[in-house]
This record gives sequence, structure tokens and C-alpha cells, in this order.
Amino acid sequence: MVLTGIFLYSPIALMIVFSFNAGKSRTVWSGFTLDWYSQLLKNELILNSLYTTVLVSLLAAFFATVIGTAAAIGFHAMRRRVRQFFMTVSIIPAVNPDVITGVSLMLLFVFIRSVTNIELGFFTLLLAHITFNVPYVILSVMPKLKSLNKHLFEAALDLGATPFRALCKVILPEITPGVVTGALIAFTLSIDDFVISYFTAGSSVQTLPMTIYAMTRKRVSPEINAISTLLFLVVLTLLVIINIAQRKESRRVKH
Amino acid sequence: MSKDLIRLVDCVMVFDDDVILNSINLTIKNQEFLTLLGPSGCGKTTTLRIIGGFETPTSGDVFFDGVRINDVPPYKRRVNTVFQKYALFPHLNVYENVAFGLRIAKTREDEIKTRVNDSLALVGLLGYEKRRVHQLSGGQQQRVAIARAVVNRPQVLLLDEPLGALDLKLRKEMQAELKAIQKQVGITFIYVTHDQEEALTMSDTVVVMNNGEILQIGTPQDIYNEPINAFVADFIGESNIIDGVMIGDCDVEFSGRRFECVDRGFDKDEPVDVVIRPEDLTVGEGGGQLSGTVSSVTFKGVHYEMMVDSGGFSWMVHSTLSQPVGAAVSLSVKPFDIHIMRKGKTA
Repeated sequence: MVLTGIFLYSPIALMIVFSFNAGKSRTVWSGFTLDWYSQLLKNELILNSLYTTVLVSLLAAFFATVIGTAAAIGFHAMRRRVRQFFMTVSIIPAVNPDVITGVSLMLLFVFIRSVTNIELGFFTLLLAHITFNVPYVILSVMPKLKSLNKHLFEAALDLGATPFRALCKVILPEITPGVVTGALIAFTLSIDDFVISYFTAGSSVQTLPMTIYAMTRKRVSPEINAISTLLFLVVLTLLVIINIAQRKESRRVKH
Repeated sequence: MSKDLIRLVDCVMVFDDDVILNSINLTIKNQEFLTLLGPSGCGKTTTLRIIGGFETPTSGDVFFDGVRINDVPPYKRRVNTVFQKYALFPHLNVYENVAFGLRIAKTREDEIKTRVNDSLALVGLLGYEKRRVHQLSGGQQQRVAIARAVVNRPQVLLLDEPLGALDLKLRKEMQAELKAIQKQVGITFIYVTHDQEEALTMSDTVVVMNNGEILQIGTPQDIYNEPINAFVADFIGESNIIDGVMIGDCDVEFSGRRFECVDRGFDKDEPVDVVIRPEDLTVGEGGGQLSGTVSSVTFKGVHYEMMVDSGGFSWMVHSTLSQPVGAAVSLSVKPFDIHIMRKGKTA
């Protein structure tokens, strides 16, 4: 247990510790400072890419949640065979290696550019993020749908609701926990993503992970430690929130 | 009873080449308590769902008050359903569950309040308005489901095995209560169950179904006393069913001897099902029509249930007096308690 812990967390711990190191060295400790963090705030490149990352993650999470929830509801209404087929088809991209997804999306966008005048940039980056987020939203909403009493929808129709109102007033409130979890997962994945962004953002736009990668290739600055630490903490916080949300939900169901 | 309210004409339902309903013809009168009774898979729930609008028959017509409603969606029908597992809305409290239909219909707030209170009073749940659905017992959830349906003042209430999930004692109480509610609100109840006792206790009319067909329609007394075939006889209460042959009018042969009966109009030597209720057999210590040996005795509270082996057939007998296992006994039956049925006859 302890060994596994050390093995898993020592790199991150080291990074966090050295983000507070006064010296520029990555091996010698020369006193505590918050300079690297304050320098981050002045680094326009980092701030710009942070803005891109947050914006793209929010938008991608939003659209992926809408599309994924609608898809899950649609799949759920299908017959079992058809549903399983569609589920498998839509889950495959999630287990596909990121590099493949990234490259194939890039090829698609380059092809589109050749027929329209849509350049690789923020828009294509957003489309790519929505694409890889959708399966996770479906996976998170589907179990909620399956756990519903199958007559709930009919009960709403029976009481005079049109199918659309029944969906809004009964089904959506019931699956909200799954939808929220799906949105959080999508947001986290988007913040996190490097590989797919790398292939689809073009040269004009950079996300935070791309900036960090670019920085490591030029001069190695302890700023990287600082920004990586922050990124790690944000993702960790999101994961904790997702976990708590899921546990609360499973406890609620048991009652 | 008053006028006809719902009419199913030649309704056929086919799913994936399986015939679920085979030409159902059924007329339901206004303010009637009608029960669809049959084993699981007999098509009773499908029939109910056709009336509720959740299924469209493959062929045939459904009329409501003389208007064909095949293509009318459930939310435009003047019927409400109490679902098998209640299907209450878990995210709403009791009050909002009951108010759901009224809110959809954009009813005025003060009227909603009065009507929700009235229907909660009807099912004895005043004071439970703020409870969450999952805080209620099965019986209470059942009542909320009934309140949620009747608050909309439907002309017909459909109930799909509503008492199936309750324990025996509660089920008995709810049977009486449902019947009382039906009298009080004065609307048609269409009730689906596989429990013959429930059907006999509550209904004005019982419809016995099997394999997607209606076998018999009648009052509980008709169905019990004059079952149309061996299946109905067996399903409605316990019966001894034995193969027999008609020798002539009022003369039947079974179990190796001839009996006097009251049925006429059969062909000579026509093979028939002979049905005798366990309570119609009298056990004696000799001198009866059949002789046999007691093979088991079970105490059932009001009576003893004995199995008597005679000539290769095991007769079930209900009697207030018991005989020891292994005793040699005689059985006798009165002519009018022998029911003769044509093989495979349906309505």
C-alpha cells in the first residue's frame, strides 16, 4: 500500500514541493517562495491559454452534456438489440487511443478546410472536445435512465402531459444527478486533454496543457511546476466533487 | 347498469409474430367494476394498455363513448391508470405527485388545493402532503397512486395489479377500500389481476382470459357456479377435473361408473370434462358412489383439505370433518354439483 502510494504520488509530490523552491534548480532546495505563482499571473501566454482551456472546457462540457443526454434518452427508448448496438458504437471512441482520435479528427478538419474555409483553430478544437466528451456523458446518464421505473414516462402521459412535457417534468429531474456527473466528467477531461487538442487546435490557439508542453521544450522554468500544480489541484478537486456526488446519489437510492 | 362506455371490437395484438391478443371483443358499461382475470401472459395487461392508449392494437377498433380512439394518445384520453409498481414521481412529494395532472391541465391554484385535499382524504392520507414518496410504505404509495389518478376525475380508472406488491392482510383491506372508493366516486374501474379471489370479491363483471382470448364474461356468481370450461373452473377456485363420457341426457360416466347429472344436449358418447368442486364432495365411511383411500390431510383453518385416491384419480375434498390418512372412505356427490363441460369450449 505504502509502496504503491510512494510510487504513484512521488512525482506529483516532488513537482508540488519544487513549485515553491526559491532557486531555479530542480534538484537543490534553496528556500520557500511564491514567486513562481505570482509570475504566472504576469505570463500572458499562460493566461491566454488558461482562458482558452476554461472556455473550451465549459463550452465542450455544455454541448457534450446536451448531446449526450439526448442521445442516452434516445438510445434508452430503443429496443434492446438496437440500443446495445448504438451504445457500443458510441462508446468505442472513448476507448480509442487519444492519438488516433486526434489524428483522425485533424484529418477530417483538414479535409473540411479544403472544401469550406473553416480553419483549424478554436472552433475545431471545440468540436474535437465535444466529440470525445459525448461518450462519457452517455455512460454517466444511461445507468440513471435504466434505474428509473419504466412506467414513469407513461404515468406522466397518463396524467395528461405531452411526451415533451413528460420528458421535462419527470424524466429530466430524475436523471439530473447523472447529467451533472456527466458534465463534470466532460469538463475535467477537457481541462486535462493534451493529445487531441494538440492535433486539432491548429497553430493559432493553445490550451494550457499545450503551453506547458511547449514550455518544457524551450527553457525549463519552475513556472511549469507552479502551473502544473494548479492544474493538478483543479482536476483533483473536480474528481473529488464527482465522487462525492456519486456517493450521495447511491446513498439516496438505497433509502 | 347504465350505458356502454368502452367497446373493444376484434382487437388483435401481434408482437414479433407472437399473438398476444386474439380477436378481443369486450363491452364495458359506465360505472361498472370490471376485472380482467387470467394467468400471467394471458393478455390482460395488454388489453388494459390498449384502453389506456399505451398500445395500439395491430387490428381492430377501440371505442370510447361511441368515438373511435385507436389513434388518440394517452394524454388526451379521459382515463387514468394506477400502475403495477405505482410509478410515483420520486422527485416530488405526495402533494405534488397528486397535483401533477391538475398542474398539467393548468388548473387554478386554489382549486388544485381543494381537489388534492379531497382525494388525499378519500384514500386516508391527509397530513402526508409533505412526505417524500420513498418515505412511504407500499400501502401508502398505493394510496397516493390512486389519489393521483382520481384527482383528475377520469371517467375510467385502469388498475394494473395494484395490490400485487402488498402483503395478504393489507391486500384484503385495500380490496374493500378500493370497492368503497369506486362506489363513492362513481366511475368505471377496469381492474387487472391474476388473483381469482380478488376478482370475485370486488367485481361486478369478471372477464376470464387465457392465451390472448376471452374465455368467459359474467358476474362473479356466474363465473364461479357456471364455469364455461375446465380451464375457467380450475382457475376460479379449486376443482376436481376428470375426463368423462356422456352416455345420454343427464347421464355421465367417469371414474368407472355412471352418475346422474343435470346437463342435457350433448352427443351420445361425447367425451367431456367433468368438474366437481372440492366442497361438493361428501366423505362417508361407506355407501357412497366412489370408494377410495385418504392419502393426505391438511388443516386449512375453516376446513380440512383431503386428497382421496380412487380408481387412479386423486380427488380433492374440503370437509369440516377429517379422516385419518390411510382410512378407507366413500365419496358422494349430488347430481346438480356435477358440472359437465365440452372439451376446449370457449366463449
